Amino acid sequence: MKKAKWLFALAIAVLMALPLAAQKTELTFWTWRPEDTEKYEKLLATFEKQNPGITVKISAFKNTEYNTILSAALSGGSGPDVFQSRAYGGLETFAQSGYMESLEKWVPELKNFNKDVLRGATSVKDGKVYGVPFASQTLFVFYNKQIYKELGLKVPETWDEFLANCAAVKKAGYQPLANGGKEGWTLEVMMGSLCPNFYGANDFYDAVVAGKTTFQDPRFVSAIAKLKELTPYMPDLYMGVSYTDMQSAFINETAAHFIGGSFEAGYFASQNPKLDFDVFPGPTAKKGDPHYVSIYADGNFSMNAASKQKETAAKLLKFFAGKETGDFFIRELQQVSAVPGADTSASPYITKVLSFQKYSTPYIFLVGFRYNQPTGSTLIQAALQGFLAGKIDAAEVCKQVQEGIATYYEPFKKK
Amino acid sequence: MNKRTAERRWILFFISPALAVVFVIILLPLFMSLFNSLFSWKQLIRQDFIGLENFRKVFFTEPYKTRFFNALKNNGLWFIITMLIQNVGGLLIGYFLSRRVWAHEFYKRVIFIPVLFSIVAVGFLWSLYLRPNGLVNGFLKIVGLPQLTRAWLGDESIATFSIIFVNIWRWIGFPSLVFLAAIDNVPMDCLEAAWLDGATDRRVFFKVILPLIVPSILIITVLTIIGSLNVFEQIYTMAGLDGAPNFSTDTIGTLFYRTAFGSVDSGNPEIGIGSAIGVIIYLLTFLASVASIVGLGKKEVEL
Repeated sequence: MKKAKWLFALAIAVLMALPLAAQKTELTFWTWRPEDTEKYEKLLATFEKQNPGITVKISAFKNTEYNTILSAALSGGSGPDVFQSRAYGGLETFAQSGYMESLEKWVPELKNFNKDVLRGATSVKDGKVYGVPFASQTLFVFYNKQIYKELGLKVPETWDEFLANCAAVKKAGYQPLANGGKEGWTLEVMMGSLCPNFYGANDFYDAVVAGKTTFQDPRFVSAIAKLKELTPYMPDLYMGVSYTDMQSAFINETAAHFIGGSFEAGYFASQNPKLDFDVFPGPTAKKGDPHYVSIYADGNFSMNAASKQKETAAKLLKFFAGKETGDFFIRELQQVSAVPGADTSASPYITKVLSFQKYSTPYIFLVGFRYNQPTGSTLIQAALQGFLAGKIDAAEVCKQVQEGIATYYEPFKKK
Repeated sequence: MNKRTAERRWILFFISPALAVVFVIILLPLFMSLFNSLFSWKQLIRQDFIGLENFRKVFFTEPYKTRFFNALKNNGLWFIITMLIQNVGGLLIGYFLSRRVWAHEFYKRVIFIPVLFSIVAVGFLWSLYLRPNGLVNGFLKIVGLPQLTRAWLGDESIATFSIIFVNIWRWIGFPSLVFLAAIDNVPMDCLEAAWLDGATDRRVFFKVILPLIVPSILIITVLTIIGSLNVFEQIYTMAGLDGAPNFSTDTIGTLFYRTAFGSVDSGNPEIGIGSAIGVIIYLLTFLASVASIVGLGKKEVEL
C-alpha cells in the first residue's frame, strides 16, 4: 500500500517535470570562428529572448580543423543541430554525404537572397539549397589614405595609373605592395582582385564554365601575365613573404597597398585603430570601363539532417536569415552580410563594398572549379607560385590549370 | 606441465592490455584504411568495391601520378640528405665527444637539447627566423654577405633543403649520442692493441671503431628511412599542407593528409585515394623495418 502511494507521488512528479523539460530545449551550434564566440553569444542571447525555452550552446573549433572535426562528428551520427558550413565545394561534401537538411521548406526567406550568393549554399548535384548564407566576400585593393595624401596621389582607375602610383610610392621609400607569395592562396586572391577586368569578367566565366573556351584562351593568359608587372613593387624576396607578414606590413603602415578581400577590414581596424585605409576595385585597361570585382559566398548556416529537433533548429535558421542577424554581421563583425535589406548605414566601408558589387563576377576557381581534386584553386595557387618566382611563364600557368581541370571536368573533356 | 600453462596464462594476462591497445590504436585503423582504399567514395560516404583501382590511379593516372612521385622524390631527398649530413655529422660529433675533447660534457648536453623540443615549436620558430626579414637574412647582412640572402622557405629550389636543415638542427643530437655510446662501448683492449701497433687515430677510427659500431649505424639508418617516409609535421608547420611553393616541399605525408582530409583553401577530401596513399606509406615503412631486422640479425652474428 505504502509502495503504491510512493509510485503515485513519483508519477505525479514525473508528469509535472515533463512539460518543464519539454519547454527547455537546448540546441547545439558549431562555428569555426573561436575569435567571434563572444559576439555570437550576444546574437544568440537575442534569439533566446525571442524564443523563451530554447537555449543555444555554442562550440567553436579552429578554422583549419573544423572540417575534420565536423565530418567525424556527423559521420558518427552525432554532431550539432545547426552549424556553420562552407560554401561551394565544401558544402557539396556534406550535402552529398547526406548530412545536411535541404532548407527550402524550413526557411522560406531564402527566396529573397541574392542569387549569386545563394549559389554558395546550393548543391550543384541536385540544385537544392542546404544553407542560409551569412556573408559575401569581395576582392579588391586596400590602400593607405595617409600615404596617398602625403604623396598627393589619386585613386587609380586604370592599370597604368595603378603602376604609376606604385612607382611613386616606391620612390618615396614606402613598400608599394604588401603582397607576397609564400602561401599560394594569397596569390589566388591577387588574381581574383586584378585579373577579371583583363580576362573579360562574366563573359569569360560563363564561356569557360560551359566549356566553350578553355583557360588557355588568350584573354586569360594575358590577364595572368599582367600580374608579373607587379613584381618590382612587391617586397624584397616576396616569395618568402607570408600572409601574416603581409598583414603586418599594411597594419604598420610600411606598405601602401594590400591586394586582398573584404574580410581583412575588421582585423586591420582592430589591430591599428589609427590606420586610415580605404579600398578601390581592380583597375581596368581603359578609363571609363566598369570595374569588375570577384565575389563569393563565404559560408552558410546549415541544419544537421540527423537532428532530433528540426522544428527548433529551423527557428534558429530563420533567425539567421533575418534582419537582426544581418545587422549583427555588419555592426559587430564588419562582414558584408548576405541577408537582404540589412542596415549598412553603420558602416560606410560596407556601403562602399556593396557599391562595388554592382559589377560583380564569380571568384572564378572557388565558385566554378572547387568540386573535384585537383581543384582549380590548388592548380592556380601552385602555378602562380611558379610563375611569380620566374620558373614558368603565363602560358604554362594556364596550360597546367587547364590540363589539371580537364582530368575530371566534363565540358572540357569533349574538346 | 600444469605449471607451464599457468605461467602462460599469467603472461597472457599481463600482455593483453598492451595488445588490446596495439590492436585498437594501430592494427584496427591500419586494416580500416586498407579496407577503405579498396572502395570508391562519394564525398564522405563509402560506395562500391573497386579492388585496386585507387592504387592504379595513384601510380598510373594524372593528376595523382605526378603528385605522388613528386612527393616520393622529396622523401628520397630527405633520406639522402639526412644520411649524408645528419648521420655523418652525428658520427663525427659522437667520435669527438668520445675522445673527451675540452668541455665535452657541456657540448653533449647542448647538442642534445633541441632533440627535446617539440617539432611544432621548432618549425614555427624557424619559419620566423627564415622569413625574408628574419634572423637568418639579418645575420647574413650583418656579416657582409647580403648577396646570400634568400626567401628560404618561399623559393622552390631551396625550400625543401631549408626544412631538412631545420630538422637536422633539431635531431642531430640523437645520432650523436647513439654513436657516442657505441664508440664508448668499443672494448679498450682492441684500441690499445691498435695503438701499441702504432696505428694513427684515423686508421683506428676506420679500421677498428667503424666496423665495431656497425649495428648502431644500421639502427640509425633504419630510423632515418622510417623518419624520412613519415615526414609531415615539419612541412605542415613551415610550408603548409599544400607543400608550397608549387608543391616543391610536398611529401607523401602531406599528400596523404591533403588527399584524405582536404585542405581548407584548396580541396575536397578523396578518402579512397587518401587511404591508398596511407597504405602505400605503411607498406614502404614495413619493408624498411623488415629489411632492417634481417640486416641487423646478420650483423649480430658477425660480431
